[in-house]
Amino acid sequence: MMALLKKSSIWIAFLIALLGLPLLFDSILAISILNQMAIAIVFALSYNMLLGQGGMLSFGHAVYFGLGGFLSVHALMLIEYETMVFSILWIPLIGGLFGLLAGIFIGSFSTRKAGTVFAMISLGIGELIAASSLIFSSFFGGEAGISGDRTFGPTFFGFDFAQNIEIYYVAAVWAFIATLFMWLFTQTPAGRMANAVRDNPERAEFIGYSSRKVRFISFCASGMFAGIAGGLFALNYEFITEENLNAATSGRVLLMAYIGGLGYFIGPIIGAVVLTLMNSLLSNYSELWMLYLGIMFLLTVMFLPRGFAGFIMMHQLAWVRGNMKMLIKPYIITGIPALLFALCAIALIEMSHTEDEVFHYLGFALNPASPVTWIVILAIAGGAFYAVKRSFNQLNDAWETANAIPKEEES
Amino acid sequence: MLEVFIFATLNGLVTGFLLFMLASGLTLIFSMMGVLNFAHASFYMLGAYFAYSLSLYFGFWTGLIFAPLIVGTLGALVERYGLRKVHASGHVAELVFTFGLAFLIEESIQFFWGRDTKNYQTPDLLDFPLFTLFGQEFSAYRGFMMAISIGIFIALYYVLTKSRVGIIIQAAITHPQTVSNLGHNVPLIFMGVFGVGTALAGLAGVIAGPVLTTFPGMATVLGSIVFVIVIIGGLGSLAGAFIASLLIGLLQSYAIASDVGMPDLLSLLGISFDRGHPLNDLWTMNLPQIAPVLPYLLLVLVLIFRPTGLLGKREE
Repeated sequence: MMALLKKSSIWIAFLIALLGLPLLFDSILAISILNQMAIAIVFALSYNMLLGQGGMLSFGHAVYFGLGGFLSVHALMLIEYETMVFSILWIPLIGGLFGLLAGIFIGSFSTRKAGTVFAMISLGIGELIAASSLIFSSFFGGEAGISGDRTFGPTFFGFDFAQNIEIYYVAAVWAFIATLFMWLFTQTPAGRMANAVRDNPERAEFIGYSSRKVRFISFCASGMFAGIAGGLFALNYEFITEENLNAATSGRVLLMAYIGGLGYFIGPIIGAVVLTLMNSLLSNYSELWMLYLGIMFLLTVMFLPRGFAGFIMMHQLAWVRGNMKMLIKPYIITGIPALLFALCAIALIEMSHTEDEVFHYLGFALNPASPVTWIVILAIAGGAFYAVKRSFNQLNDAWETANAIPKEEES
Repeated sequence: MLEVFIFATLNGLVTGFLLFMLASGLTLIFSMMGVLNFAHASFYMLGAYFAYSLSLYFGFWTGLIFAPLIVGTLGALVERYGLRKVHASGHVAELVFTFGLAFLIEESIQFFWGRDTKNYQTPDLLDFPLFTLFGQEFSAYRGFMMAISIGIFIALYYVLTKSRVGIIIQAAITHPQTVSNLGHNVPLIFMGVFGVGTALAGLAGVIAGPVLTTFPGMATVLGSIVFVIVIIGGLGSLAGAFIASLLIGLLQSYAIASDVGMPDLLSLLGISFDRGHPLNDLWTMNLPQIAPVLPYLLLVLVLIFRPTGLLGKREE
């Protein structure tokens, strides 16, 4: 009993966090961000199932998200016209089932190969479905998309789901269930074999598994969870358009999963939270946030190939050895000039874009027209860059000592 | 009917040759590094924007020469300081890197040039009809586009098969270790080919910009089509890319020019549906409407039935 409780403590904490967050942040904006987060977490995790755990790079994952979403909106319409009456709580399940069906159909031919061939088939299917969604306008609603109304179904203990906060609790519970099942999937033989096929398909074949079948199972499961995310999207926004199944959405989920960290179960969750926050908060301050996102993404790919989660997990060894405190000082010494450099770079980018006379930035009133401002900021940026370069070697040395094998273990 | 056919063929050839300029660089880069460069069409877009800015001050012809050079230099720098670093983390990381690069280039273009469509014009020198057929004009600029693309095709073919540099490149693709042992700087060759490939994409952008409009989405419009071509032709095969470029160019051009559709097919079969039929969209579909979908349909079919493409040898 205690062992089970200990094992599931992280899940209980996750559930409490999901359900408790709206009590801490209860503004309308916060609730809408939390809703987006719950959807993004499920979607990014389903993508990680494909790429992180199954080694299949997909450029068309939004297809399953979008198809699930479209069918969910159609289901909302059915409830509205009383063709069928059921609680809207089950809508994400419908999205998930349709995502699964689409996964079974498309996966039956696309999972034959992994690697570039799979990536290109997924790209082709993605473009194909996005383009045909504009042709078949009775199902997809053309460019305007389709919309429904979530308040018509039977009430659930008196809730009619008119408020966003009510939908948040629905989304949170579904996100929790989906996350739990996706984690459980990684523990099943199918999930383990997916890892094996990702790392070495030939060996997996030799011990008697069809790597194609293993890929197919992961692919279908991933399609189903993406469909659930699509159903949650439909419930939250009550409309869906072609934009939700095209390449841009597919690209966004790739960004989320990659920045968060592929291969770690928690990675896509981190990525989904960070990107949703950036999307909602940063876009208020700067219209250039997509540019920053692009820069951040490239830097992640170049310097943190395992994402944020990978960066955190890198410290496991130092933590186990109790050497974390050796790293704190070098981190601060390198971190402060690095932060300063980033802030200066942002100031320069914003100043060259702004059309205002005075540009307010971190409490400073900068004058973009005067060359003095530019020279001063460039000088600070240059100094900061030099400081980072100088202190980086120290950081490297500290890293080596913190992770070095202690003397007595060596013998 | 004949005039429609002739003009559709001409336009298809212009598009096809233009696509080949992009596809040739992409397929060369693939055979070298084993990675599909997602940002290839972004370099095409950069070419158009650089040429537009240069043409404002120095005229079209300066842009034609210098924009591809700038783009090629940028491409070489990306290979040297970006892609080479990511190479250690494997193919997926490389693919994702070029994907991010495409994203960043599109955002940067919106940052420097804005979101609106640029008024990038054809030069006055070429602003006359080349010939008139059945009362329809074929502009000299389209002829010029075709001439440039054919010229590039011949030059590329000659350099790769006949010249010493081309032979070293071909050897470096298949046997990089041996070429390196013979004293050639293989990383430099790779950087050079990446630079030339992106410069070709830039050149395609320069000449396509005035016709296909210069706007921040132009890379997305063409980017996935070029992918389709490279895969249909067979990854790493230049001849395959050439055939597939013309095939896709002509296919799209004919589909847009034709006016047949499902209603014609149904009346031929003697079937009719009323407007209230649930699949009404399917029964009223016509060919120009589905023209944008055709390349992707072809791609999926090719990948299912012949995963190596038309002339590809590479089996994973």
